[in-house]
Amino acid sequence: MPLLMPLLVAALLFSIGAYGVLVRRNAILVLMSVELMLNAVNLNLVAFDVWLRDALLSGQVFTLFVITIAAAEVGLGLAIVLLVFRNRETSQLDLLTELREEPSDPAGVGTAAR
Amino acid sequence: MSVVEVLFVLLGIVAVGSALLVVTTNQLVHAALWLVVCLGSVAGCYLLLSAEFVAWVQVLIYVGAVVVLLLFGLMLTRAPIGASTDLDAGLGQRAVAALTAGGLAGIVITALVDAFSGERIDLGGDVSTGSSASAGSALFRGWVLPFEVLSLLLLAALVGAIVLSRRDVGVEPEAADGGPT
Amino acid sequence: MIPVVVAILAPALAALLGLGAGRRFPRLVVPVAIAGSAVAFLAALVLAARAISSAPLHDRLTGPTVPTGTFPFGLDVRLDGLAALVSVAVAAVALAVQVYSTAYLKGDPRYSSYAALVSLFTAAMMLVVFADDLLVLLVGWEVMGVCSYFLIGHHWEQEGARAGAVKAFVVTRLGDVGFLFGIFTLAASVKSFDIERVQAAALHGQISQSTATVATLLLLCGVVGKSAQFPLHTWLPDAMAGPTPVSALIHAATMVAAGIYLVARLYDVFLLAPSTLAVMAVIAAITMLGAALAALAQDDIKRVLAYSTVSQLAYMLAALAVGSAGAAAFHLLTHAAFKALLFLAAGSVIHAVGTNLMRDMGGLRRAMPVTFVTMTVGLAALAGLPPFSGFFSKEAVLAAAEHAARGEGPVATWAAWLVLVTGLLTVGITAAYATRLWLMTFFHEARGPVSPHEASPAMRWPLLVLAVPATLLGAVGLRSSWLPGWLGLDESLRPGAVTAALSVLLAVAGAVSVALVWRRAPATDPSGRLGRFRPAFARAFYVDELYDRVAVRPVRSAARAVLWTDDEVVAAGSLGSGRCAGRAGALLQLTQRGNVQAYLTGVLAGIVLLAVGVVTLT
Repeated sequence: MPLLMPLLVAALLFSIGAYGVLVRRNAILVLMSVELMLNAVNLNLVAFDVWLRDALLSGQVFTLFVITIAAAEVGLGLAIVLLVFRNRETSQLDLLTELREEPSDPAGVGTAAR
Repeated sequence: MSVVEVLFVLLGIVAVGSALLVVTTNQLVHAALWLVVCLGSVAGCYLLLSAEFVAWVQVLIYVGAVVVLLLFGLMLTRAPIGASTDLDAGLGQRAVAALTAGGLAGIVITALVDAFSGERIDLGGDVSTGSSASAGSALFRGWVLPFEVLSLLLLAALVGAIVLSRRDVGVEPEAADGGPT
Repeated sequence: MIPVVVAILAPALAALLGLGAGRRFPRLVVPVAIAGSAVAFLAALVLAARAISSAPLHDRLTGPTVPTGTFPFGLDVRLDGLAALVSVAVAAVALAVQVYSTAYLKGDPRYSSYAALVSLFTAAMMLVVFADDLLVLLVGWEVMGVCSYFLIGHHWEQEGARAGAVKAFVVTRLGDVGFLFGIFTLAASVKSFDIERVQAAALHGQISQSTATVATLLLLCGVVGKSAQFPLHTWLPDAMAGPTPVSALIHAATMVAAGIYLVARLYDVFLLAPSTLAVMAVIAAITMLGAALAALAQDDIKRVLAYSTVSQLAYMLAALAVGSAGAAAFHLLTHAAFKALLFLAAGSVIHAVGTNLMRDMGGLRRAMPVTFVTMTVGLAALAGLPPFSGFFSKEAVLAAAEHAARGEGPVATWAAWLVLVTGLLTVGITAAYATRLWLMTFFHEARGPVSPHEASPAMRWPLLVLAVPATLLGAVGLRSSWLPGWLGLDESLRPGAVTAALSVLLAVAGAVSVALVWRRAPATDPSGRLGRFRPAFARAFYVDELYDRVAVRPVRSAARAVLWTDDEVVAAGSLGSGRCAGRAGALLQLTQRGNVQAYLTGVLAGIVLLAVGVVTLT
């Protein structure tokens, strides 16, 4: 099998995941997109592991680790999303703009210096 | 083109297509279900790449646990059932994101093709590389320490998730009315 | 040569102690100040004794040489008859003033710094007198200027004192610019700052006439500024805002004479430039007549004396212009004595009456006999009445002018005639204003509200002591082996018969005419008879107003223009750039909307662009 096949699939999956992260407004859908990106990485790891015939099976073991970490990440991420939802009655990412800089009077800068 | 390759191409098409549906569908629950299809076909890819153990772990943990968790999350945040119109950002943001993602794909694919075209994976011969036995021995011989560290990480995530979801942690009883509600 | 160093360093040390510790140990201030001046006086006496016993004396002490890269200058001092005699005058007046000030400024909160500055001034004047190097002389010259500035501004709470101090500083500085370049011109042509070598070069014709003319004209700027000659004389009357003892020491007897002294010191160079001498003669003629006329109409007793100082300094300059350094030095010495006496006596009067204005005085003859007698001596010397000292020195000047008018001097005869005629006229006017001052202050009945009393001993004794040289000092010019011999000059300082008779006649005429005018209405100011001319005289021919129009106001408006430019262009520029930055920041702020996905898009797009750049460019 050409090595390029799994790599191309992984690249496409990764880009689609990135698109989802950038576009989706619902926090849970963003988490799903992140999962897509992680899967793309996993596919890469496995493909290279098989291609290189690694004695320690590093790629596959790393894939297992990533899957585990992804599970933990989803658990924590969902806990955060639930907490946000509980406090703000929404899980829309673009409504969480508490940390933006409030627009100030640009003329005030000059008068303050005087 | 061998059977394995044909199967891989088909599974890849399914995976990419369902992933596209995950990021474009306007029904929340459908997105989760399309994610199942995508993750399942990736598991099939693992099988075809002779990584048998990883494939089953993928099915068990991803398809079994993570997606169920996500569905729970959808339910708990009172996600609407059926089509909703506000799942995606505005048109401008979508266009820029599409451009960025397309550019990303173009760059990565260009680089991959440039680097690895013509390389082949030899799937014949020793088939036992991805079996449970070999994966288990690799995990508990070569990678036993990271494995144990990982168990600590999972424990920490567990505790963290509990702390985040409980309402009464870190809030003094008398100051509870001042805390988050 | 040790007394020379002592004479310079003793007052300097006193100044240092006074400035450093005067505040902490107020009881030490008076002894230290008087001791510094007294030691300097004793040293000067020793030097004068040497100069007289072994005339003509010429001695020098070569100090360390300071390399400058081009012409080195040396910390040399020099002793000759002129320096010794002038140093005695300086130290004597300084001592008298220090003693006098202990009573005059009793209880003044800034007395300690005052006394220290007077000591510093004395040291600086000594340095000028003894310096044998133009740059060292310049140091003393400028230190004197600074002391003058501080002491005029002693009562800095008063607007007049501040303005007078600034005016004195700025005007003399204007002259000093020329002075500095004059020194450079001389040094460039002689390749040395050494006065002795400059003089020797002038004698041996190593300085061309054009160089000498340029250098002396530039030096003359400084002389005119320091010695308050037209057109830079305007600062001296305003300097009277300082305490009266300071006026006596700095603005009458010593510092203002430094310009004359400098010309006498570099006289051989000046003799090379007849055109400079002619300029000096014209300046002196204008100044002596104008200042005497201005003195005639002043009401402030100190301003009368100030204008008389300007006028008398013009006599010295005139003597130098007509080629008699001896007459100039003679008049310098006698003038130092009688003008210090006059100022101290005027200070005593002011102290008693509490005002400077003569219209509030009168009738002080009985209340202040000592002051009356000593001031009479001083005024007689000023007016040039024989046998007082001023008569002889002024006669020496007039005789020298007459000598030059006959074509035997270094200067053109028309200039000598000018000096002679204006000098004789000024004698009459001097006698007139001296008489006016005398009558208005001491005769008739008191017009002021307070009942005056005689001054305290510390103020009386300096008057009595100074009255002696004011009376007798004229005799030293009678024999050519006396003053001319001590100075190493072979010229006669005896009065000429014709000029003496004329000037006594004119002086008596001036005095008698004022007395006659006064007798008709003793309670009023005799200068009222001047009629339409009185305002012009009182304002000193509107020179101050002219300068105000020509120099002060344009500078002020230029300063306002600079201020406006600073406010409206420079500051507006900086503020505008600040506002620009603020607006640009606000523009950038528009992207900070708190949308995490927008930020992430930016980051990712940036990465992609970078990667594309790397791929395509490499």
